[in-house]
Amino acid sequence: MKPFLKCLRSAISVSLVMMAVCGLAYPALVTGMGQVLFSWQANGSLLTARGERTEDPGRAAGSALVGQDFSGNPMYLRGRISEGGYDTYAKEEGGRGGSTGSANYGPTDERLTRRVERDVEEFLRSHPGVERGDIPADLLTASGSGLDPHISPEAAEIQVSAVAQASGLAEERVREIIERHTEGKVLGVFGHGRVHVLKCNLDIAKAMGEM
Amino acid sequence: MLQIALTLAIFLLAVIPAGTYMYHIAAGEKTFGDPFFDRVDQGIYRLCRIDRRGMGWKEYMGNLVLTNGVMILMGYFLLRFQGRLFLNPNGAAGMGPVLSLHTVISFMTNTNMQHSFGEEGLSHLSQMLVVIFMMFTSAATGYGACMALCRGFAGKREDVGNFYEDMVRVTTRLLLPGSLVIGLALVWQGVPCTFGGNVTVETVTGSFQDIALGPVAALESIKHLGTNGGGFFSANGASPLENPTIISNLLELFSMMLLPAACVLTFGKMASKGKQGRAIFAAMAILFLAGLALCYGSEMAGNPRLAQAGLQGPGSYEGKEVRFGIDQSALFTAATSAFTTGSVNNMHSTLTPLGGMVPMLHMMMNCVFGGMGTGLMNMMMYVVLTVFICGLMVGRTPEYLGKKIEGREMRLVVLVLVLHPLLILGFSAAGAVLPAGMETLANRDFHGFSEILYEFSSAAANNGSGFEGLEDNTGFWNITTGIVMLLGRYVSLAAQLAVAGSLLAKRRVKASAGTMPTDNGLFTVLLVFIVYIFAGLTFVPALALGPVAEHLTLWF
Repeated sequence: MKPFLKCLRSAISVSLVMMAVCGLAYPALVTGMGQVLFSWQANGSLLTARGERTEDPGRAAGSALVGQDFSGNPMYLRGRISEGGYDTYAKEEGGRGGSTGSANYGPTDERLTRRVERDVEEFLRSHPGVERGDIPADLLTASGSGLDPHISPEAAEIQVSAVAQASGLAEERVREIIERHTEGKVLGVFGHGRVHVLKCNLDIAKAMGEM
Repeated sequence: MLQIALTLAIFLLAVIPAGTYMYHIAAGEKTFGDPFFDRVDQGIYRLCRIDRRGMGWKEYMGNLVLTNGVMILMGYFLLRFQGRLFLNPNGAAGMGPVLSLHTVISFMTNTNMQHSFGEEGLSHLSQMLVVIFMMFTSAATGYGACMALCRGFAGKREDVGNFYEDMVRVTTRLLLPGSLVIGLALVWQGVPCTFGGNVTVETVTGSFQDIALGPVAALESIKHLGTNGGGFFSANGASPLENPTIISNLLELFSMMLLPAACVLTFGKMASKGKQGRAIFAAMAILFLAGLALCYGSEMAGNPRLAQAGLQGPGSYEGKEVRFGIDQSALFTAATSAFTTGSVNNMHSTLTPLGGMVPMLHMMMNCVFGGMGTGLMNMMMYVVLTVFICGLMVGRTPEYLGKKIEGREMRLVVLVLVLHPLLILGFSAAGAVLPAGMETLANRDFHGFSEILYEFSSAAANNGSGFEGLEDNTGFWNITTGIVMLLGRYVSLAAQLAVAGSLLAKRRVKASAGTMPTDNGLFTVLLVFIVYIFAGLTFVPALALGPVAEHLTLWF
């Protein structure tokens, strides 16, 4: 019995010390250093409506990391499909507390095929001139997080004329905005070319305001 | 393709020094931070009054189980009462008893299967005192057990080491400093790290958006470094708040692959024949690359039904993120299941059928690098099996590293190798028959069977990723997967340490002309074949009913 109690004492004290070091001291250290060194990133990478960095949620119009729901606003670029609507909501609905994820339809799920067919029909109606089979795959599929802030450059290009028409901006102007917010591969190898939908739309809103 | 190859090349460059460093930690040799870390370690040993003498395998295992048991209890009560404790800015309520138990078992066994919803179910305090704490200690536990096994196989000393010393040394010298550096790099890339709660912003379209925040980066780094995998958010590493850029993605990928692979090289150094480690490493690498090729090929082929509906290829983008694309998503999927981490940067349920079969297969084999420490331990069982089968074929008593492999070792090895498929297939069969399992499926077809099979493979391999879609927060799933995780972890560890202890007690025999060399290419090939044959005989029927049948319905 005695050796067991001795072991138990070691087990309990090691657990408590580890909890204090790994569970309290370590996260406090990372958070403290993160807040000092990279305070904008550590607090959610918030952006104002003019596209400037801010740490004040009251002045922010979004986060540089998180996409937003622009469906139903033809003057803006649309992002990818999100089951939870990117956690955006009208005031009267009330928030959902920032949940992430998607519906996770399997490849043979009929709900997936139906959803894509419906979205393709809608897209072809609202984007005259686009042919079936030309729509880039990322645009009308759901992202894993439901918060994907990017679309492929092809998915942006295919929307240019419709966005220009609805916003009253010249197509050249819209292309220029898209180009400004297109990110390339890191070191020319890693990652993929992508367009930041929210940053584009903030610029489109600004350009519309100037007209 | 090019970026996958380059990513793996960088990984290979990093793994060699990591293996050496881990060997120095395990063998008690000099490391660069000794003047500082020795003082910290001494403080902890004194504070906890730890007896630092070497242990036999039984004592080692006993202390391991006892310590893990104490931690499970502490975590359980923290989750039950989190609603009344501090650091709870988003107002999470206390967790129910069954879900609490499932959650602590899941984190303590290095599984990190999450049936609660990260951002809704846990307070910041629970994320720290339960999740982050257990991410460190479960990784340290796995590492300790693995080093004990390596010491037994190498046979250089009388004992298998001291559990507390192993755990403390790897935490202070590797896990804490590594997590700190990676964590800060992740904050730089954009991962939030704050004790504040969620914020709400007003968008330019006049609607509102909630942005979830918390000490995410602190969790994210140890989650990968310790092959844990549980996310701060339910979308895990697919969420841009956990994994915002391609650089953060590469950091997370490297940190989860580094230590399990380094363990293999550490073993090679311990057996003081580096080649022994390299032969095993090569076998694991072959298994990994085969899985990766299948996953990437299948994802690039895409989903013919969506092409029919009018989407342009190439590739299946459903459930993936644009910033990672098909290649980095496939690589992450193959790695997270091979290294049994369980974090995801795309949703595995939405993978094409054969693409989704790869993570299942990796978890079923459970030895393709594997989790922190445990992967090598499982592979060592296959190594012994290979030596045994080859020995029988030529009619000689099989031996490995100068020790005879006899009946007692083989019984234990077979116990480990049979337990894993038994847990997966037995429980999957129950889940596919019982209404409690069937009612929770998103699809009652081949894909539904895959959901069940994936869930139990993930639990038994202590991986923790999910084929989401399954409504898994029910009594049935919490209890069954809880049992599977416990058995998959502790019964295997005990049997594996028993093998090591049994070999340690044997007299060394001189290598003769009849000894099969275990450090060359031929042995690597034999090992790969044995793993495939074993996996093929046990799992192919189940895989045929799930992903293979789904693939056939999709394409023909």
